[in-house]
Amino acid sequence: MTINRRHFLGTSAAAAAALAAPMVKADGHGKPRVVVVGGGAGGATAARYIAKDSKGEIDVTLIEPSRMYYTCFFSNLYLGGFKEIEDIGHSYGTLASGGVNVVHDWAIGVDRDAKTVSLAGGATIAYDKLILSPGIDFVEGAVEGWDISSQNAMPHAYKAGSQSELLKAQLMAMPEGGTFAMVAPPNPYRCPPGPYERVSMVAHFLKNNNPTAKIIVADPKPKFSKMALFQEGWADNYEGMVDWIGADFGGDSVSVDQNAMTVTIDGEVNNVDVCNVIPAMKAGRIAELAGVTDGHWAPVNAIDMSTKADPDVYVLGDSSQQGDMPKSGFSANSQAKVCANAVRGALTGSKVFPAKFSNTCWSLIDTDNGVKVGATYEATDEKIAKVDGFISATGESAELRKATYEESEGWYTGITTDMFG
Amino acid sequence: MIKNFVTLLPVALFALCAAGALEAEELGDTDAGQKVFKKCTGCHQVGSGAVDKIGPHLNGVFGSGAAEHEGYRYSKSMARAGADGLIWTAETLDAYLENPRALVSKTRMNFRGLKKAEDRANVLAYLRTFSDDPSDIPEAEPTAIAIDHDLDPAILALEGDPEYGEYLASECLTCHQSDGTADGIPSITLWEPEDFVIAMHAYKRKLRPHPVMQMLAGRLNDEEIAALAAYFKTLEE
Repeated sequence: MTINRRHFLGTSAAAAAALAAPMVKADGHGKPRVVVVGGGAGGATAARYIAKDSKGEIDVTLIEPSRMYYTCFFSNLYLGGFKEIEDIGHSYGTLASGGVNVVHDWAIGVDRDAKTVSLAGGATIAYDKLILSPGIDFVEGAVEGWDISSQNAMPHAYKAGSQSELLKAQLMAMPEGGTFAMVAPPNPYRCPPGPYERVSMVAHFLKNNNPTAKIIVADPKPKFSKMALFQEGWADNYEGMVDWIGADFGGDSVSVDQNAMTVTIDGEVNNVDVCNVIPAMKAGRIAELAGVTDGHWAPVNAIDMSTKADPDVYVLGDSSQQGDMPKSGFSANSQAKVCANAVRGALTGSKVFPAKFSNTCWSLIDTDNGVKVGATYEATDEKIAKVDGFISATGESAELRKATYEESEGWYTGITTDMFG
Repeated sequence: MIKNFVTLLPVALFALCAAGALEAEELGDTDAGQKVFKKCTGCHQVGSGAVDKIGPHLNGVFGSGAAEHEGYRYSKSMARAGADGLIWTAETLDAYLENPRALVSKTRMNFRGLKKAEDRANVLAYLRTFSDDPSDIPEAEPTAIAIDHDLDPAILALEGDPEYGEYLASECLTCHQSDGTADGIPSITLWEPEDFVIAMHAYKRKLRPHPVMQMLAGRLNDEEIAALAAYFKTLEE
């Protein structure tokens, strides 16, 4: 559907009405209450911005089971030996000091009629506005022979932390000349260039520690983000080490056997030493429990990230189905600021500004060899739509690639400060 | 007097929100585009199982180079356009569909063109659904056209608003640190507001070279840059 003048007027009148609406308060409670579920790039940012900008006018509770958050972004750099695990771990202490009530517990249910969230520890928390930012879970049965109980033998390492450490340990223990296999995920999934940056980082580690080892990638897709850049990087830096098998060559027909440590690709059995299975993904379970998903993801309105199912429930980041933005930490952080501005406006009558979104994904190919892809996005009636973008070119100078990597390190410090304070 | 003020207020609110409600335009209507595409199906196929016929199949056309599709014999004109670097985007395809020979002189596409802009927008929206999706391949071609903010008079209402500047500045803080630390990404704190405005306009006009900053500054209008400067000025005080 195109935007015509009538829709434009209709949307604007509704927005004006929302802006003019009086402050909403929960019954018998002094301040409006926002509950945020999930303390990653979307949830931590939303909680921090609402608490900071409302200056105490809104009660903000963040529910996050982990006491230490490991960023998925830069976890590949840990595998490659460019970062230590401590470098990507963040605690919630500064968020708490910033006025966010941080509750370390699992959200296990949402009652949208009563407007409450129930926790595994037994508590029930009331909300006026609920923001869900639970990241991803895996689709059951996505890879034949793999389920969540296989994750010790065949780690996914697509939720950073102990899984990253496990995969790193397995990589370090690989026999000389051994084989590292990756089963790549189908679209859509968290971090489109992520699996391929991981291949680069594993290759970097093996080149220096186990140079006769091999990497095979079974991919259900015929192409992937930054494909030309990665393939150029693999040919230039890791010649003969990486065998990428795309959908056109049988990469979409895969099964694994964790006892035999085999990966069968298009009928051919491969004995492997490490097997990184990244299954198909879906919204974090709590989004499904809240009843705001349609299929695997939660459809949202582009203008403020509110769900199509419930105007008082918002979904940010990987779990949302919003349109053109890739599922990334940068995207979630960008969406969180738009959402925080809208939620604060709805609850306190503060000004609501136009939704603007952006994303950049940096990837490291080898030492001082960084590349990036980015875009700006704006809200239409239908979705978050891409309006402009750029990507690193093949054949760039070493100086530019080094500057791009240094930029990514600066961004890491910037976004984690923006998330946690 | 007071009564007049009360009736005016919703109008002012409307003006403020109008600026935010429409910032980009989708290419067109895919359903209507499917109907327009019937004019093309004599020569072209698109979708699952599409193959080359009189004309090449059109899967993945957005973002591909002219005459790039392997296995199809293009005219010399189209091959030359490809060698010259013609990439199929919403803009170039729109020009080609309006009058194929105006863009590629001796194209073999024997079609007078779609004269109605709406028909072109709709058929492009339809064809766009058969090319890469930016959510999966972020570098894929855009699916919407940005509207030039400077043409929207309503946004003038936001001139130099430091609160709006603070909101806009939150986008800067994904990369730049508010305490002025600079490692890999330069510090932007404690700049003179005038210097800041000049720098942002230089990115907007693509005089300063950096793709991320050109892209982000490119969609800020004069008033939004002024709002950012107004906000940064409050930090100094």
